[in-house]
Amino acid sequence: MAVGKVTFTKAEREKLAEVLWLLNWISVVTGAILFGLGIFLKVEIQKWQEVMSEQGILYVPHMLITTGLAACGINYLGSKICLDCADTNKFLRWKLVMMPYIVCTFFFTACVLAGALLCYSIRGQLEESLYQGLRNAMRFYKDTDTPGRCYLKRTLDLLQIQFQCCGISGYRDWFQVQWISGRYLDMTDGAVVDRLRSNVEGKYLMDSVPFSCCSTISPRPCVQHRLSSASSDFSYDHQRQPLNLWRRGCGQALLDHYTGVMQSIGLTVLLIWLFELLVLTGVRYLQTAMENVLRLGDPESESDGWILEKSLAETACYNFDIIKNLGKCYQVDDDPNINVPSVAAELEVPSQQVQVQS
Amino acid sequence: MTLLKMKFNQQRRVRLAQGLWLMSWLAVTGGAFIFCLGVYLKTELLRRDEVMENAEIHVVPNILMMVGLASMGTNWVASRVCQDSLDVSRFPRWKVPLLAWFAMAALLCCLLLTVVVLSYALQGSLEDSLKVGLRNGIRFYKDTDVPGRCFQKETIDRLQMEFRCCGNNNFKDWFEVQWVSSRYLDFTSQEVKDRIRSNVDGRYLLDGVPFSCCNPASPRPCLQNHLTDSRAHYNYEYQSEELNLYSRGCRQALTDYYMGLMNSTGPGVLSLFSCVQMSVLLSMRYLQTAVEAAIASENPEGESEGYLLDKGVKETYQDVRAKVLGLLKFGQVDPSEDASGAAEGAKTADTEKAATPTPAS
Repeated sequence: MAVGKVTFTKAEREKLAEVLWLLNWISVVTGAILFGLGIFLKVEIQKWQEVMSEQGILYVPHMLITTGLAACGINYLGSKICLDCADTNKFLRWKLVMMPYIVCTFFFTACVLAGALLCYSIRGQLEESLYQGLRNAMRFYKDTDTPGRCYLKRTLDLLQIQFQCCGISGYRDWFQVQWISGRYLDMTDGAVVDRLRSNVEGKYLMDSVPFSCCSTISPRPCVQHRLSSASSDFSYDHQRQPLNLWRRGCGQALLDHYTGVMQSIGLTVLLIWLFELLVLTGVRYLQTAMENVLRLGDPESESDGWILEKSLAETACYNFDIIKNLGKCYQVDDDPNINVPSVAAELEVPSQQVQVQS
Repeated sequence: MTLLKMKFNQQRRVRLAQGLWLMSWLAVTGGAFIFCLGVYLKTELLRRDEVMENAEIHVVPNILMMVGLASMGTNWVASRVCQDSLDVSRFPRWKVPLLAWFAMAALLCCLLLTVVVLSYALQGSLEDSLKVGLRNGIRFYKDTDVPGRCFQKETIDRLQMEFRCCGNNNFKDWFEVQWVSSRYLDFTSQEVKDRIRSNVDGRYLLDGVPFSCCNPASPRPCLQNHLTDSRAHYNYEYQSEELNLYSRGCRQALTDYYMGLMNSTGPGVLSLFSCVQMSVLLSMRYLQTAVEAAIASENPEGESEGYLLDKGVKETYQDVRAKVLGLLKFGQVDPSEDASGAAEGAKTADTEKAATPTPAS
């Protein structure tokens, strides 16, 4: 009892083949879109790669890129096959390729779905990577003379300016790192020495922030220094001056940005997956209908098309048996109709002798 | 003696009409592209219009938009003429509109050339406009509580950060204005009082700049205050410090940006488009003359001649001049002229004029 059986007349088969040809070409375009989305995501991630602690997240765009290229290739082949399916004679060319092609397309469609789901599930890993990366970036902000870290200051400044954020979760994060390099500190000055001695690690900590934390919408010129004491600047009370610095943390800002990008990409990929599924179903119907026509022998007759020949459970058992039997191909068979070669007969003699001795 | 005469048989006329139809649609898309270019340039100029004092430079995008729209319409008309040109019954109704069409197409080509020239010529005006606008912006930077000026601070800050520039010509422009509002100055402090007394106008001037002048590429955290005093900061040399602030002035930065925008798109795109327009014009002239000759002859399917000008350039110019002057004399009573012989009268008037120089020439 077949799953999803539909009967096709000759005209319907030809129409199905034509429609599938068109759909396959549209799928080539969507495959190119998928490829483009992968490239876009990769570029976006690489823009702020320096503030991410691990590059593992790059496997999402790589997967999208490979799936997109595979989509273009598979659907191009599919369009050629469907074009030939309209004619029963030309179908014979593709007869042996059809089944592997459908299995391939099925796995590929599963990959597309996996890609879409990855886009949604990557948030946790991204969050950790961003927070760790930003923490490192802030620690190495002052190391503009150390190779490998010399661009972190610029990157972090541009990040804070562009995303309108300060620190990791807030501007107070800057109070806990030394962001002024020792090269620019006058070690003979008593005030500097006092600050260095005031904490265990000998770091020069201040209640100040870099200029990139300054908000452009503030009505007063930016107050960067002595932020925690209320009597620092005339008429400045840090509680009542919310506009002076950016309030948002850069961790949150970047996470929101990337989550937004990935969610829209994930939605697009899901829609592409649904479309691919539709194309796959159509090709399966076409394949089974054409094979049944060949089996019936009359190209003009009606034929049945289905998704699965038997029910789901029976098909699963059948395939499982095939896989089990693949491993048995070198074992000796006890079927009396098979002519056992003389090598096996010679081997049997020593075993009988062994039995007698034991 | 006709100018650039060519023979056309029926097949060549058909080919010409088809080619011209295709080219006119190409010109329509070109016109749409030029319109979009004009819109883009105008939005870019409008985005920064708070630091521009006058809007003279806006004439460039305005002309681009007008030319774009006009060329779309003109070339669409050309495509319709092509469609009708092979139908003997429908072509004659285009006879008069085609004269207007030729005038319009020639005008468009001239306007395109004007735009290219203007985009170079108006650079000085743009610079002056920016100089005054930026000077005002810097002066009103502190007035965040005055309606009408309260956004100057945000505008100037964003401008300096986006274009990586500081001040009008350089960062020293900030030393000459009071950019810290008096609301945030402690008048009981001796330092503040000294500074205010140190100049005639009683302004609080300091050798410091706003945070938006800071260069993120500098290896040291930004120094904003006491910039001229090398002793005020450790390991700081005022004369040799280059990376701390942006070295470019905003006037130069903005001028370079807009000139780059206009000069990168201008000559290339516009010369290409005017070539297409010229070829549409010439092909239309050939098509018109060839089809009219074919219709006038006994055999509309046979060969005919197409040309650019009926007579030579000089004679055509004199003819046209005479016609225009005849039109201008329309209101006057002229005994030698009568309504049906207006053309001959123009010719005799023309020969008279050729003999005697007129005040108009």
